[in-house]
Amino acid sequence: MLDKTALTEMMRRMLRIRHFEEAVINLVERGEIVGAAHSYIGEEAVAVGACMALRDDDWMTGNHRSHGHPIAKGGNVRTAMAELLGKRTGICKGKGGSMHLADFSIGILGESGILGSSIPVAVGAALGSRLQGNDRVAVCFFGDGASNEGAFHESINLAAIWKLPVIFLCENNQYAVTSSFKEMVASDNISDRAAAYSIPGVLVDGQDALAMHEAVTQAVARARSGQGPTLVEGRTYRYYDHSLGLGRIVRDSYRDDDELEQWRQRDPLDIHRAHLIEQNIATPEELDALEAQVKAEIEEAVTFARESPYPDPSEVWEDMFADPIPLE
Amino acid sequence: MVTQTQTRNITYTQAINEAMREEMRLDERVFIMGEDIQKGVYGASGGLFAEFGGERVRDCPLSENAFFGAAVGAAAVGMRPIVESLSSFMWVGMDQLVSQAAKMRYMFGGQVNLPIVYRAAMYYGGSMAAHHSDRSHPLFMNIPGFKIVFASNAYDGKGLLKSAIRTNDPVIFWEDRTILGARAEVPEDDYSIPLGVADVKRQGSDATIVAIGGMVPRALTAADALAAEGISAEVIDPRTLVPLDKAAILKSVAKTGRLVVVDMAHKTCSAASEIAAIVAMEGFWDLQAPIQRLGTINVHIPFSPALEPLCYPTNESIAEAVRTTMS
Repeated sequence: MLDKTALTEMMRRMLRIRHFEEAVINLVERGEIVGAAHSYIGEEAVAVGACMALRDDDWMTGNHRSHGHPIAKGGNVRTAMAELLGKRTGICKGKGGSMHLADFSIGILGESGILGSSIPVAVGAALGSRLQGNDRVAVCFFGDGASNEGAFHESINLAAIWKLPVIFLCENNQYAVTSSFKEMVASDNISDRAAAYSIPGVLVDGQDALAMHEAVTQAVARARSGQGPTLVEGRTYRYYDHSLGLGRIVRDSYRDDDELEQWRQRDPLDIHRAHLIEQNIATPEELDALEAQVKAEIEEAVTFARESPYPDPSEVWEDMFADPIPLE
Repeated sequence: MVTQTQTRNITYTQAINEAMREEMRLDERVFIMGEDIQKGVYGASGGLFAEFGGERVRDCPLSENAFFGAAVGAAAVGMRPIVESLSSFMWVGMDQLVSQAAKMRYMFGGQVNLPIVYRAAMYYGGSMAAHHSDRSHPLFMNIPGFKIVFASNAYDGKGLLKSAIRTNDPVIFWEDRTILGARAEVPEDDYSIPLGVADVKRQGSDATIVAIGGMVPRALTAADALAAEGISAEVIDPRTLVPLDKAAILKSVAKTGRLVVVDMAHKTCSAASEIAAIVAMEGFWDLQAPIQRLGTINVHIPFSPALEPLCYPTNESIAEAVRTTMS
């Protein structure tokens, strides 16, 4: 069971994601963040609930909507923000940007702008654990859309036959860009697909960090003890469009008007906050103070990112190969 | 007791097998994945399962996306995978090769090294028709991030595969099926051949033939025929396409003044195209005649034995191209 420190940390990480993402929206609107940015707001409980069930040395891969995943795993918000601004102090030295916030120092093997593409990588990390004789597990985050990719099905089969320590974590936010999963996925639930691979499939309330934590804790225990992978589906919702600014292009509505409001009524931060207060884990004042602390932390990260230098032109040639060869 | 450097006359396939076996003995992080490798269906992995077992010699389901990508993940956490596949199956796992293996290191600012060797057996010239006769190495030259090795005999194959396994970057190692049964003298002692160093397979003074893989023996046969006519052709084998030993090619062209480049890939945007472009830009003033570029004609590989040989460069077409530069 999670103690007060862990439950509070859960709140802190969800707040961090929320305020990080709100800062990102502002920076995109101001033109300070260029390229595509995909907001994780509304889905915070999935990543935080899951990552709080991991050890620091466990592996993780993410997708295009992945600002939340590294923060959930304990990543540094300053280097993440600097990366989004394309600065040399960014976690990937400005070479990856919003969709590629890898942080190998805390087991984050990278996000992927190609959906489903990072799933086999997580399977390989888990294979590494097997071959190295350790008990580190790998979690891969992907969406409902990516669960239709061949890479997902190939990977889950491979992990299942080899009983690899992988947690396939589908964040079903119900829309792949504008396409409803109800029209694109043949089964009612994505977790149902686990049955085809003879592994457990669990459908979880993705707005409830504690429910996510419990489901992933079980999946991790199963993985660590050599019993193989689990497919966990966190049912959730993204408050914003697929990518920030897409509303300027896609003017036709693809979601029911009420739908967003209904999901906002079950906001993951509100749910966790209410839980902490009801269980006398924290007072509203303490949680307000925590939020103020997180806001200041994010503001400081934005300042750090803004004040950081861009990469030197010579850096365009760096990092291609570990054992360098002539480039032209 | 008499001591001397012991060599054996072994095939290319045996040389590949020895390189993997020796590296697996030396380094526990090296393991191999592929389809039907435990039974050694394609020859090169024969006996490895018996020596190293199923954890390090892993038979995979027909899931190239999964196991090409699993190699990336395993390498990212400190392993050194060898993936056995075929050139034609590279398409099936293309996303993992391009989006992950090739791009990961740069995209993540150098946080990770990916020591992976993708061994791709290249079948052509054997009536396998269009789906199983792909020669796609130039496509991969167009994707930064891979080192690309193309050995033309058993000796080079063993030495280059050892370097490929030891380098800390993704490598695509093409195994040309037309020469896998060819024998060469291979030392018993450990040796390796550095990536990026071309080899002069035959000295000559009138024209330079740059050939890769299975085109090298054809170029050497052509050079024999030309010698009978009084034309001295030098044959250069780059051995690795990335990195490419430009200096060796330019040096030879500076000597001969003529260049024929031979590639089994489709001619358009081939490795031959790239080499010809480099020499046109950097060796132009040494040239005494236009560069001749030979490749597969731009049709798919037909099944019929009456048609397939018409597609590729031959001993005779290579010799004729050299004569063209001399005329």
